[in-house]
Amino acid sequence: MSRTTLDLWVGVFVAMGIAALLFLALKVGSISGSDVQSPYTLSARFDNIGGLKVRAPVKSAGVLVGRVTEIRYDNEHFQAEVVFSVDGRYKFPTDTFANILTSGLLGEQYLGLDPGGEEKTLAPGEVIKKTQSAVVLEKLISQFMFNKAAEGDQAPAK
Amino acid sequence: MGDVLRKLGSLAVNGVWQLGFIARFFVLILRYSGQSFLRLHLTIRELYFSGVMSLLIILVSGLFVGLVLGLQGYEILQRYGSSEAMGTMVALSLLRELGPVVAGLLFASRAGSAVTAEIGLMKVTEQLKAMDMMAVNPIARVVAPRFWGGVVSMPLLAALFSTMGIFGGWLIGVVFIGVDDGAFWSQMRAAVDFRYDVLNGVFKSTVFGVAVALIAVFEGYDCVPTAEGVSRAITRTVVSSALAILALDFVMTSFMFRGL
Repeated sequence: MSRTTLDLWVGVFVAMGIAALLFLALKVGSISGSDVQSPYTLSARFDNIGGLKVRAPVKSAGVLVGRVTEIRYDNEHFQAEVVFSVDGRYKFPTDTFANILTSGLLGEQYLGLDPGGEEKTLAPGEVIKKTQSAVVLEKLISQFMFNKAAEGDQAPAK
Repeated sequence: MGDVLRKLGSLAVNGVWQLGFIARFFVLILRYSGQSFLRLHLTIRELYFSGVMSLLIILVSGLFVGLVLGLQGYEILQRYGSSEAMGTMVALSLLRELGPVVAGLLFASRAGSAVTAEIGLMKVTEQLKAMDMMAVNPIARVVAPRFWGGVVSMPLLAALFSTMGIFGGWLIGVVFIGVDDGAFWSQMRAAVDFRYDVLNGVFKSTVFGVAVALIAVFEGYDCVPTAEGVSRAITRTVVSSALAILALDFVMTSFMFRGL
């Protein structure tokens, strides 16, 4: 085989390979960071974060506005501190409420932001004070069971 | 008892010796790579033989793996009423594991064995010695181009394998079964991350390329120069490449995906 046809085939092969890589990068995967532009960080303390993980989405009104960047244990307050980056285009009022929610019944957990009515907005690095912990299924069930049991005790007395 | 211990000892010594030899060989290849890149058409020729010639088997097997993943994935996911997650399942399993590993195994048996046979036969017919006598370095002239041909083509082949597999999954899911097209792609895009999934897969396949190419050229260069020796070297190439790929895959997976 002459050298030029060989070069041509190798060129076709390499071009195909690079096209496949581009397809995987752009069409199949989303380049991380591109969905969060010029981010700033905020943090929030929770009594219990449940199954929240680093890189979990941060959503407000169901729209992705950022990602969780760090989760650490705060030994002073005995709480979990969740640090997350928020897209620079979005500002949230200082009385924003942070919840840990679950998408679907068995889906992944995410951080939900419910904005309040305050005029001032959260500056980068600020801590959200109003939080609600993740719903732990065991606690929910035991609460339900105890309520039922309490009802059962009352019923015969009446 | 003494015999058994002696045997064990000689096995260990031989193993360590072989490992040292392969490491020295690797360093030699890297040292003479620059010299072989001066004549780039040698490497391009090897790219043709190990990359372009493996294209057909890689594309066809990628398609079939994707088709099977689509069928099996649908079968399981529809029990939980989440057949839209099919795209995610197909893409993640291909990008993280199946793409690099299966493409690596195919590459080892398709191209690695050919490289070993070629170098082994050169050794049997004393072409390597002849080159040495003509002051042509056989590592720069024969070994390094074959090594780099394998290293460059492996990640490209793995990417093509994954792409064909995703296409196969899409064919089964969207075209034949009727999963919603938009949900298929959007769920896939939401779950697949460029750095964690795509780049880790590329990294894996590059490491497999280095491992397979090194084993192939080493076994060819190291073979006993007889007909039987060459055939044994080819067998060893395929067996040890497969073991190396699977073992390296386990090690890399345990470092890359630690349940984050």
